[in-house]
Amino acid sequence: MLKQVEGSIGVAEAIGLCRPDVVCAYPITPQTHIVEGLADMVRKGKIASNCQYINVESEFAALSVCIGSSATGVRSYTATSSQGLLFMAEAVYNASGMRLPIVMTIGNRAIGGPINIWNDQSDSMSMRDAGWIQIHAESNQEAGDLHIQAFKIAEQLSIPVMVCVDGFLLTHAYEQIESSTQEQVDEFLPPFKPMQALDCANPMSMGAMVGPEAFMEVRALNIAHFNNAIEPIQKISEEFETIFGRKAGGLYEHYNSEDAETVVVALGSVNGTLKDIIDEYKQDNVSIGSFKIGCYRPFPAKQIAEQLKHAKRVVVVEKDIFAGVGGCLANDITIALKDTDIKVYSVIGGLGGRPIFKKSLMKILDRAMKDELEELSFVDLDHSLVDREITREDLFMTKAV
Amino acid sequence: MSLFEVRIHGRGGQGVVSAAEMLSVAVFTEGKHAQAIPSFGSERMGAPVQSFVRFSDHDIRTREPVIEPDCLIIQDVTLLSHESTFAGLKEGGYVLINSTHTIEELGIADKLKKIPASHLMVVNATGLAREHLGRPIPNAALIGGFSAITGQLKFESIEKAIHKKFAGAVGDGNVAAARAAFNEVLEAKGLN
Repeated sequence: MLKQVEGSIGVAEAIGLCRPDVVCAYPITPQTHIVEGLADMVRKGKIASNCQYINVESEFAALSVCIGSSATGVRSYTATSSQGLLFMAEAVYNASGMRLPIVMTIGNRAIGGPINIWNDQSDSMSMRDAGWIQIHAESNQEAGDLHIQAFKIAEQLSIPVMVCVDGFLLTHAYEQIESSTQEQVDEFLPPFKPMQALDCANPMSMGAMVGPEAFMEVRALNIAHFNNAIEPIQKISEEFETIFGRKAGGLYEHYNSEDAETVVVALGSVNGTLKDIIDEYKQDNVSIGSFKIGCYRPFPAKQIAEQLKHAKRVVVVEKDIFAGVGGCLANDITIALKDTDIKVYSVIGGLGGRPIFKKSLMKILDRAMKDELEELSFVDLDHSLVDREITREDLFMTKAV
Repeated sequence: MSLFEVRIHGRGGQGVVSAAEMLSVAVFTEGKHAQAIPSFGSERMGAPVQSFVRFSDHDIRTREPVIEPDCLIIQDVTLLSHESTFAGLKEGGYVLINSTHTIEELGIADKLKKIPASHLMVVNATGLAREHLGRPIPNAALIGGFSAITGQLKFESIEKAIHKKFAGAVGDGNVAAARAAFNEVLEAKGLN
């Protein structure tokens, strides 16, 4: 059935159809409406499983409760954003290290300081190497659909999954969604059969101390399992299409980029804006397309290199920047294309909720297509302000010395 | 209908975000695509807030804020002096303002030379809300007025969207305020 709903509610309803046994979350903007929606559904008995909604005092507790419940073999879900994810950090690594198939929504939001509640993707990026699968939604339709896939991916592989949904731009946006039926979800997502579970009848320990004699082997195994997730993620997306009749997820998606000279690579909702931009260029027969990365972790480097090998240049547009790395996705793409002559441009935009306007992006892409763009550039950054401040600070430091 | 874009300006507590939501639901009930995105941050009563609505026959993919609106809904007259309020308004676009004053009294005629008189309306939405709802929340009245000024939506669709958002007496009061605004704007249009 088609519905006009807020993205967060679409996500909450999709999760409800997955029959979670435990939902444990601590509210934080912009994730709040998702967990409020779930709390409401649990209270009204709208979730087919006997779902428990557990109130806790923090994000650290929320994920810790999910670790406990998942270890007993029940389907467990949480959600967070920004500082909430950072507060969880210790538990984030434990969940993946213990191979507990928890699903967590990240309502993508900037990380402080300075404090900022708006959208960018630094939060999920900060946990990109924590051993969780990370999949990104372009639209609210895909956001809901990816959660249904996430439980299947997580439980089939015993690896936790983060579903990254751009805060406000998706979580708070109203658009139409084709909702799924309980029958469809039940056909697609089998009941959770844990690889191992805590059981009083057969006592065992999980996550117990491992010493130097075996820790390296445990880590190596973990990484091997993680890297093997790429094919199943693609396959599960195809199974989803068979049952639900619509595409969602998978490793990547081309948009007029199969043979384009210039390919713009991005994660998440900015792909929608990019598609409109590509259509405008198409009217002028410009050889440019966009390429959406659906699965960011594990990073399907080989598949991406194969898909982009025809390109003359790749422009990576992303909403994060990290000291020492720059744009994380640009870094990953550069490594993936290291054996080619393809030029990679890194474009940072949308930090802390600054809008990414079509016009601004097109100016940057025009320059990239003439190879006049800097290796690292920013969408609508006030360079004069930054330069002025740097000069002022230099003067101050000189005087101080 | 190709793309039609609306920007709503108001202050925290006036239902700017709900107005966008209800407009998008109203468009959806007519079988079209609609997108509503709020541009709010920390929700503070009284702080300037904007929300954006797009309608189209086709899938709406862009996520940028509305920068060249076909219609502006201004919920609070204190925002008329803000430069950003009228920024990018399309030639021949529509403007609906919540005020007890006339356009002349508001002193904004200069800013709106590209707007035909029949596309420029003032309605006392706060007053109508007080009268019909008992609360000074002007959003429902303004989307009623929107339906009349732009002709983009049937009033029944607005009515459905309001009832979907607000149950019972609150829904009825909001619908009554919206209908009163709709009628007022239609009548004023007739005079132009």
